[in-house]
Amino acid sequence: MTLDRSYKAVMDRRNEIMKRALGIDYTEFDLSPLAFDYDGMMARAGYTLDEVRKIQRETGVGNTPLLELKNVTALARKMAPPGKGARIFIKDESANLSGSFKDRRASVSVYHAKKMGYPGVIAATSGNYGAAVASQAAMRGLKCIVVQEVFDSRGVGQPEIVEKGRKCEAYGAEVVQLSVGPELFYVFLLLLEETGFLNASLYTPFGIAGVETLGYELAEQVRELTGRKPDAVVVTHAGGGNVTGTARGLRKAGCSDTRVIGVSVDLSGLHMASDGDFNRKSFTTGHTGFGVPFTTWPDRADVPRNAARPLRYLDRYVTVTQGEVFYVTEMLAQLEGLERGPAGNTSLAGAFAIAQEMNEDEILVVQETEYTGAGKHPTAQLTFARDNGVAVRRGDPRENLPGKSIVIPTHPGQLGVVEFDLDQARRSYLRNAVKNTGVREVSRKDIVFLAEDSRASLEFVREQLRELGVKLPG
Amino acid sequence: MLQDQEKSLQLLGKEELYLVEGKAGDWVQVRRIVLQPGQRAPQVPADTQAVPLIMLVKGFLQHDARIGEEVTITTVIGRQVKGELVAVNPTYDHNYGCPVPELLVIGPELRQILWGEEGAK
Repeated sequence: MTLDRSYKAVMDRRNEIMKRALGIDYTEFDLSPLAFDYDGMMARAGYTLDEVRKIQRETGVGNTPLLELKNVTALARKMAPPGKGARIFIKDESANLSGSFKDRRASVSVYHAKKMGYPGVIAATSGNYGAAVASQAAMRGLKCIVVQEVFDSRGVGQPEIVEKGRKCEAYGAEVVQLSVGPELFYVFLLLLEETGFLNASLYTPFGIAGVETLGYELAEQVRELTGRKPDAVVVTHAGGGNVTGTARGLRKAGCSDTRVIGVSVDLSGLHMASDGDFNRKSFTTGHTGFGVPFTTWPDRADVPRNAARPLRYLDRYVTVTQGEVFYVTEMLAQLEGLERGPAGNTSLAGAFAIAQEMNEDEILVVQETEYTGAGKHPTAQLTFARDNGVAVRRGDPRENLPGKSIVIPTHPGQLGVVEFDLDQARRSYLRNAVKNTGVREVSRKDIVFLAEDSRASLEFVREQLRELGVKLPG
Repeated sequence: MLQDQEKSLQLLGKEELYLVEGKAGDWVQVRRIVLQPGQRAPQVPADTQAVPLIMLVKGFLQHDARIGEEVTITTVIGRQVKGELVAVNPTYDHNYGCPVPELLVIGPELRQILWGEEGAK
């Protein structure tokens, strides 16, 4: 029998396709249409920290250097009030085999695919994750397909994504390249059905468990180098996995008091599914186009229950501008001898300002870097921006207008962060939870779940639900 | 062939490198329209609704063909894919771009702030 390959028919089969392709029965963790057992899912469907460390040792993942940015710290202190300016450290995750922390995220899924007898793995990603899956699959002898959204309707590819596609091909993966649009998911489902490969989703318990070693390792390294715990860890925030995994790893290392701060590049005003906007942005990840929607509703991913749940772990969420990130990328190369990819330096841009609020004896860790290369480089991305009608100039970074202008600071004192109100994010999350599940009435168990999932008080959740017209238990 | 690829070949004056024929076994790129403009998902904005969803895949050509013809390829993992032949020996054309004057001065400025005149040299 030939299956109907039309858009509607395939989307209607999505649950069936995903169940086979993920190898996890998510219904096991359901508590109600709204609530599910998150900790149970992470414990039973994933792997323990010790198991993950063993899996990652097998394929050369992790154990990346933690470097103190002494010159950047000295510069931040020159901008800060007396006594202020935390010591800034950076976890050089570009030292992973495929050049980013995503090796951690890919390692467990690929190990699991091999163990369960899947003939290959597929990942839907335009980011570094594709190269990570391809590299891990190469080592474990599995076939790999990476599906990318890479070019607009004129056929013009985003240079950063074109480079990532090249890297996937270098590891022997097949790269399926698509024009702009969320229907990438339809192609992805067709490929899963055709091949019987594992969906190496970014959002399974495997992916998140893989990132826990990053938080754990950096805590160990900070202790070894300084004899104390990190006071704050700054994380580039997009889909939420980096924040979630790092925070969980920190907790497992006994650093529950370490503040976890998410940073995204502000791309407000650009539509992520717009053919016209696609090539008017210089950052294809680490931006608010992913960070905000995934914080306010994590279950928009390619899995029934997303293991990346940033609201549970974020102590603070801030945004920076594209120009500021290019500026610190230059700063990192010229003052610290580290030439790294711009997108991974999003958290560094935030850290430079945040360090100035902290005391000199405190420790702030920027938890990633990524590789750089053709296409994935400030000169490549700014040349591309100019070619696509975006103005590039120096000035006050607050004058930055996503899609129209990139303003590169004229002085390090101009670098700053803009707060994203987490209570506003909590309210959006609760609104989305009610809208997307269609519930009109909740139980006590639902309220406890929503409070944990949004890291809000029970009273906050009750009040918001009441405003949304949801019937509460007596 | 992609427009940017075309442009870069023109800039290099290498139009002659643009092969119009592929032989069986050649490394090529094919193009397929996955969804026509009228078939796009309801949630996509108007500009995306107005254009097709296009897919590009690379692989080894199964039979001799000319650019524009419908062909079948075998990808590096052994999958058979049908599509319109758009490039023979498809090139990577991404690069480091042009020097950006706005970036070139940042290093000296920062050294000056940190270490004064001497450091800036």
